[in-house]
Amino acid sequence: MARPGTEAAPLRVAIIGAGPTGFYAADHLLKQPHLVVEVDLFDRVPTPHGLVRAGVAPDHQKIKSVTAAFDKVAAHPRFRFFGSVEFGRDVTAADLRRHYHQILYSTGAQTDRRMGIPGEDLEGSHPATEFVAWYNGHPDYRDFHFDLSEERAAVVGVGNVAVDVARILCRSPEELAATDIADYALEALRKSHIKEVYLLGRRGPAQAAFTNPEIRELGELADADVSVVPEEVELDPSSRAALEQKPDRTTAKKVEILQGYALRKPTGKSRRLVIRFLVSPVELIGNEAGRVVAMKLVRNRLEATATGTLTPRPTGVFEEIPVGLVFRSVGYKGVPLPDVPFHESWGVILNDKGRVLDPDNRQPIVGEYTAGWIKRGPSGVIGTNKPDALETVECMMEDLAAGRVLEPALPHPDAVLALIRQRQPRHFTYPDWLKLDEIEVSRGRAAGRPRVKFTRVEDMHSALGRS
Amino acid sequence: MNIARVLATKGRNVVTIEPEQSIRRALALLCDHNIGALVVIDGGGLPIGIISERDIVREATRDEQIFSRAVAAIMTREVVLGVPEDELISVSHTMTERRIRHLPVVERGRLVGIVSIGDVVKAQRDQYQGEVETLQTQLLAQG
Repeated sequence: MARPGTEAAPLRVAIIGAGPTGFYAADHLLKQPHLVVEVDLFDRVPTPHGLVRAGVAPDHQKIKSVTAAFDKVAAHPRFRFFGSVEFGRDVTAADLRRHYHQILYSTGAQTDRRMGIPGEDLEGSHPATEFVAWYNGHPDYRDFHFDLSEERAAVVGVGNVAVDVARILCRSPEELAATDIADYALEALRKSHIKEVYLLGRRGPAQAAFTNPEIRELGELADADVSVVPEEVELDPSSRAALEQKPDRTTAKKVEILQGYALRKPTGKSRRLVIRFLVSPVELIGNEAGRVVAMKLVRNRLEATATGTLTPRPTGVFEEIPVGLVFRSVGYKGVPLPDVPFHESWGVILNDKGRVLDPDNRQPIVGEYTAGWIKRGPSGVIGTNKPDALETVECMMEDLAAGRVLEPALPHPDAVLALIRQRQPRHFTYPDWLKLDEIEVSRGRAAGRPRVKFTRVEDMHSALGRS
Repeated sequence: MNIARVLATKGRNVVTIEPEQSIRRALALLCDHNIGALVVIDGGGLPIGIISERDIVREATRDEQIFSRAVAAIMTREVVLGVPEDELISVSHTMTERRIRHLPVVERGRLVGIVSIGDVVKAQRDQYQGEVETLQTQLLAQG
């Protein structure tokens, strides 16, 4: 069989998951010199761009500017996007093998990691990722309910998502009204009774995952006073020694900013944001109605591993804080795809540099690849997926050169289009998205906002003049 | 970034050898797998030492009969072990300070992978590239 990749017989690649990774992979593929590649990018939601649309905070518009690069990729004549087409439900792996030479899974991390403590499922306890998807207008989360009539909320974790949630809970209605937050979320947050937000980190200030600009932002909120516990921002001996031995300006600055917050006096703003360090929740306590009313915390100390990493270890000291709303933000977690080998505890597809492995013999499965969070775990920033996707594409090119590709019976792009039209007649194309994008932005312009999002799939169909 | 991330895309394959096997066997394994070190394990699969190409080179200059000697006589016994939560930056420092190039990783007492200095360099490069890419995109954005 002649190697695919020519005008007469292009290399056909299916990418499942149209977030940043899917676009970076498509870009690397379409830019391969002397190779004719056709890329079809699938996503289960109608709109492309993954967490850039549904995860990045509404008050962080600049981060979303990366979509301009994705639009450029989508403009390539040999690129197609199919939204509302779900792998497993609308198209199966068997279908894809009949139409493509290579399949790449870039579905990200669809669920959250649990804390693994009693009371985690009480009413009022939620994954932060659900709250984020809700306020960002993700159609599948639109109808979730969060009780914002509580006065005290706790966010467990101090990473990027945790900080976003705490900040959004502390933003004034005026600040939120200028963003692309979903309308229903704006209304709900306008009526919020939240007075105190806790951000809980299990390690110390030197180890906390949030970035310096994010911490500074917390100190510049219009209507919330930030505070820390002075003893908790004093460096413990191990952290101080580590910083002295391996001086690191960023970490030193981080600690400096946080220690600065210890000197702040409340200025009478409506809300208080309290950042706690070296505490871990061990139990959520509920009332008779099954609602969370308090959280039991253990104080931690830091201990070095053999390589010098400072990890938290519980002491015997506990405390209880009253809270009515809890958001756990201790990581995203990958979800297995039907018929794709998965590493349960690590939450990733079983792979070696992006080649999907057979679980029985640990050998690469012909034609199957993975990239992004579902390959390496949920870490890094948006751009981190670009070199990750490149590594996978390089493996794909090596395998192509060696003739290790699938042999699709129906490689012609019209064949799979006919299949998709049959399985999901109400799918969305990239031109559809660009129309919806334009409508969202123009609605926003009228309201002084970056955009006003569609949050129901039916509304998207109506806007496109489809029943 | 921690070691778990590096292992996620590398797999759990660790090439191991028993202490009573010969240097000849060790050399064949290093060559076949194109790697720089073998983890020496006991009957229960637990790491009890590490033998690297550097250990073999050093010994070979002292003893030309090295091929038939046992791994146990040449291996390094004080092996630094990592855990999945170890941060890349700490691993990087440890490798530099202690002049080691391989870190076997254990989880709940079991050997789950090995991280080489090459893996660390690549992961840091990718992390750096990713952050620069993200920052450049944002800085160049219009408004």
